[in-house]
Amino acid sequence: MSKTPTAVPVGAIPTPLYERMEAISTTKSWANWAGYISPLVLDTVEFEYFAIRNQSTLFDISPMHKYRISGPDALKVLNRLVTRDVAKLRDGRVGYALWCDEEGMVIDDGTIFRYTETDFLLCCQETMYSWLLDSAWGFEADIIDESHTIAGVSLQGPTTFSLLKEAGLGAVEDMKPFDLREVEPGLWVSRTGFTGDLGYELWTAWDDIAALWDRLWAAGGNWGLRAIGAEALNMVRIEAGFIAAGVDFQPVHTAMRLHRGRSPLELGFEKLVHFEKGHFNGRRALLQQREDGMKHHLVKIDIGGFKPADGSLIYHRKKKEVGHVTSGVWSPTMKQNIALAEFKAPYGKAIQDDLWVEIYVNEEGQWDKRIVPLTVVDKPFFQNARSRATPPKSF
Amino acid sequence: MGQHDTYDAIIAGAGHNGLTTACYLAKAGLKVLIVEKNDWIGGASVSRSLHDGWTYSNCSYVCSLLRREIVRDLELPRFGLQVIPYEGGASFTPDGDYFAYYSDHDALRREMFRHSPADVDAYERFSQTVIRQCRFIRPFLLRNAPDPSSLRPRDLNELLFLLKKAHGLGAKELGETLRFWTMSIGDFLDEHFENDLIKAHIAGAGIIGTGLGVYSPGTAYVLLHHYMGDVDGAIGAWGFARGGMGAIANALGACFEEAGGTIVTGSGVDQFLVKDGKTVGVALENGDTYQAPIVASNMDVKRTFLNHTETKHLPEDFTRAVKRFKIRGSSGKLNIALDSLPEFPAAPKGSPFLRGDMHCSQSLNELERAYDDWKEGHWSKDPYFDMLIPSQIDPTLAPPGKHMMTVFVQYAPYDLEVNGVRSGENWNDETRKAFADCVFDKIEVAMPDIRKHVLHAEIRTPWDIEKEVGLTEGNIFQGELTFDQLLFNRPVPGYAQYRTPIDGMYLVGSSAHPGGGVMAAPGANAAREILRNIGKGDLMPKHAA
Repeated sequence: MSKTPTAVPVGAIPTPLYERMEAISTTKSWANWAGYISPLVLDTVEFEYFAIRNQSTLFDISPMHKYRISGPDALKVLNRLVTRDVAKLRDGRVGYALWCDEEGMVIDDGTIFRYTETDFLLCCQETMYSWLLDSAWGFEADIIDESHTIAGVSLQGPTTFSLLKEAGLGAVEDMKPFDLREVEPGLWVSRTGFTGDLGYELWTAWDDIAALWDRLWAAGGNWGLRAIGAEALNMVRIEAGFIAAGVDFQPVHTAMRLHRGRSPLELGFEKLVHFEKGHFNGRRALLQQREDGMKHHLVKIDIGGFKPADGSLIYHRKKKEVGHVTSGVWSPTMKQNIALAEFKAPYGKAIQDDLWVEIYVNEEGQWDKRIVPLTVVDKPFFQNARSRATPPKSF
Repeated sequence: MGQHDTYDAIIAGAGHNGLTTACYLAKAGLKVLIVEKNDWIGGASVSRSLHDGWTYSNCSYVCSLLRREIVRDLELPRFGLQVIPYEGGASFTPDGDYFAYYSDHDALRREMFRHSPADVDAYERFSQTVIRQCRFIRPFLLRNAPDPSSLRPRDLNELLFLLKKAHGLGAKELGETLRFWTMSIGDFLDEHFENDLIKAHIAGAGIIGTGLGVYSPGTAYVLLHHYMGDVDGAIGAWGFARGGMGAIANALGACFEEAGGTIVTGSGVDQFLVKDGKTVGVALENGDTYQAPIVASNMDVKRTFLNHTETKHLPEDFTRAVKRFKIRGSSGKLNIALDSLPEFPAAPKGSPFLRGDMHCSQSLNELERAYDDWKEGHWSKDPYFDMLIPSQIDPTLAPPGKHMMTVFVQYAPYDLEVNGVRSGENWNDETRKAFADCVFDKIEVAMPDIRKHVLHAEIRTPWDIEKEVGLTEGNIFQGELTFDQLLFNRPVPGYAQYRTPIDGMYLVGSSAHPGGGVMAAPGANAAREILRNIGKGDLMPKHAA
C-alpha cells in the first residue's frame, strides 16, 4: 500500500473570518500571524485606532495558540510552568502570566483561563505544545492543542457592552475585568483584551466564529463597530503599557543569539513572580537575580516632542548609550509621545535623570536628528474608569 | 455687601482661552480666580443639553486648532478630553449628485476625475501651496507677534525669527505668501480649479466666521486659518471633542481646579477697576468686588474696553482703534435633534463622507450672492452651510439610533433689516423661524425628508450669540481675521502681545494674536507674557522640537 500524503498549504492561510475581512478591506494590507492571514490595516489606522477608544472594534484573534490543560494535576502543571500562583486564580477567572526557562528567561507570556481547578486554557503567541508536555512530566494531566478548534474575536471599546446587549448577550453585565463565563452553550466570553479599555474576548468553535462575527456585526450599527487590524491595536496596547512578545522582549526559545533573554523581573513583573508558591521553572535563577540585581529594565517613558521614537537609542547625559526604545508611538488620546524602552541597569530605574532619546526623522528625503528628554513613567499611559466599571457604562 | 477677596490674578470670562491662561497661572503657583457671567463655563466651547437625551455643541462644533502642546502641558486627556477626528465631507447638488471629499487619497482623485479630470492634478498643487503656507505660519501660533517698533531683545529676536522664516522662503515663495495673505479665496480657487462644485466645496473654509465674501480680499488667509490646525500632526484634519466642545472647557476647568484655582459663575464683570493707570480688580454685576494686581479679560477687545472699562483710563488713540476694530457677526447656527439618520438618496448607504462636513453650495457665484444678501441686512436666501452629524461618531451625543446634527449657517446679519430698520431687536421667534426654514429648504437638497426627522431645533443668530456668549455682534473669532488685524496689529496697532494701556491688565481671548478658533494659543501666549512680566517666565513649560 502506498500512502497518498496530503500536501500542506504553502504561505499564509485564511482564518474562518478572512472572507468577512477581505470584503471590507480597502487597504489590502495583510500580515502573516502564526501562519494565518491577519489584517494590519483594513481601512485606515487612524480611524481604526479611534474606534477602539471611542466606539467598538472587532479583531480576529483566532491565530492565537490555545492549549487545554486538564486532569487532576492541571493546576500543579500550570503552577510549575508559570511564575505566578495559579492557585490564587479563582474558577471563572482569567490571569495574565509569564513563564520562564530554568535560567529565568521568559519563554512567552499569555493568559490562563481557569474553568475549574482541573481544567484550564492557556492562550499565547508562540507554539508551546512540547514545552507544555515536558512541564507535565510526572503529572496527571492532559495537554491538548486547541489552536485550530477554538477561534476567537476581540471586541474592544467603550460601547462594547451596549453592543453585546443589543446582540442578546447582556448577560455579561455583571462580569468584572478578567471574569470568564459561558454565556451560551459553546460561547465563552472573557472581559479581557489588549487595549486597556472596556472590552471582551469571545471564544467559540472554529466553525462557529463566522456566525458569531455576523451576529456582532448586525448589532454594531448603533455602536460604531469597525473591524480593525494589528497596527491600530499596537498603538493602544502601548498606551495601556502592555508588552508584546518579539518586540519588547525576545521569547528565549526563539532567540538565536545568546543573552537575548530577559527575566520577568527585568520586564517589570515582580508582582507576578510568586516565589513563595514553591518550585516553578526558573525559580532558582530568579531568586539569584533578585539577589545579584538585574541587568536590564524595561520601563514606560514619556518623550519630549512629537516624533515617534520607535527604535531610537537612549543616552545618559547625551553621551553614554544606555538603552533603546522597544515600542514607541505618538498617543492620539493622551497627546503624549509614549514608549516602552529597555535600559541597561541601573539606568531607567536607579538613574532616571538626564536621559535623552535620539530620534531620526525623515522629512521628505532629508534626515534630521532630534535629541529630546524623557521621563520615566510608572503607570499605564492610558487609564480610564470606564474600562473597570461594573456594570459597564453604555459608552 | 459682597465678596472682597484678594487674588494674584483674576480672569474675566471662562471661555477656553481664559481657562487656558488661568490653568498656566495656577500651575505656576498663582492664586487665580475666574469670574464668568453664565451659570456654566466654556464661552463658545460648550456642550449643552436642550432636548432630553441630546447634547449639543451649540456654538463651536469641531476642533482642529487646539494646540497639542497645550493639551499636553495641561494634561487635558487626564481630565477627560478626547478628540476624535472625522473623515471627509461632501457637497450635494439639486440634480441628485454630489462631490465627495474622501479622506482616502485614491478615492478623492477618482472622485475629482469623475467631475473634472483637470482638477485632479490641480488639487495636488493646491494642496502643496496650502500646506506650505500652513508650515510657514504654524510656528508663529505659540509665539508672541513681534512688536516691530520695539528695541527690546525679545522683540528683536521674534522679529529676526519672522525675518529668517520669511527670508528662507526665497523671493518667489515670499511673493506667493504675500499674495496668499491678501487675496480672495475665490481668486485663489479660480487660479487652480475648473469645476464650480469643487471650488464651492473648498471655498467654505475661506468665509466661515467672517463678514467677507468669497471674492473679498483676505479670505484666502481665512482658509489658511481653517487648514493650519491638525489632529495628531495631520495638518488640516478636523475632529470632534467626545461629549461635545464643552469637553474642552470642562477638562480645562478640572485642570484649573486641581491646580487650586477658583471659578465663580453666574455674575459677569461690570467694571474693570483701575487706579492710577493700574488695574486693581473687578466689580461684578451682582455687586461683588475682587482685588488683584493682574486682571486678564477673555472678552473681546470691544466688549472689554467699550462696555466694561471707563474710557477716561484709556489713551484716545487706543479707544479710537478699538472702536474701528472689525468684529461683524455673519453666522448663525441650527442644532438639531433627529429621530433617526435621514436618507441621503444620492449617496450609497454608509458612505464615509456622510460622517464629515456636508454642504449644498454649487458655485462661487452662489456664495458671493449669499454674501450680498448679508450686506443688505438679510440672511442669505441661498445660504452656505457647514453641516455635520457628529453622533455617527460620538456615541455620547444622542440616544442609540438617534442623531444630533449641527448646521453652521452663513450669512446671517447681527442687525437684521426689517422695514428699512436694521437692528438686532428684529430677531424674534418669527424671523428666527423664517431663517431656519430657509436653511431647511436647502438642506433638502441633500436630505429630502429632513423635516420629518426633526425632534427639536435650536436656532441661533449672531444676536443670540452676543446675548448668550458675549461675543460682540456674534463674531465667532472675536474680530475679523484680516491682514489689517493680524500679528502685531491684533487687536490694535501698538497693543499686541496681550498688553493693554492699563498696567497689569491683559487681553487673553481670540481678539489677540493668533486669533479665533478653539486654539487656546492666545490664552497660552498671554499666560507666558504675564508670567514673564512678574519674573516667573521660567515657570512656563517649554516645548521640545
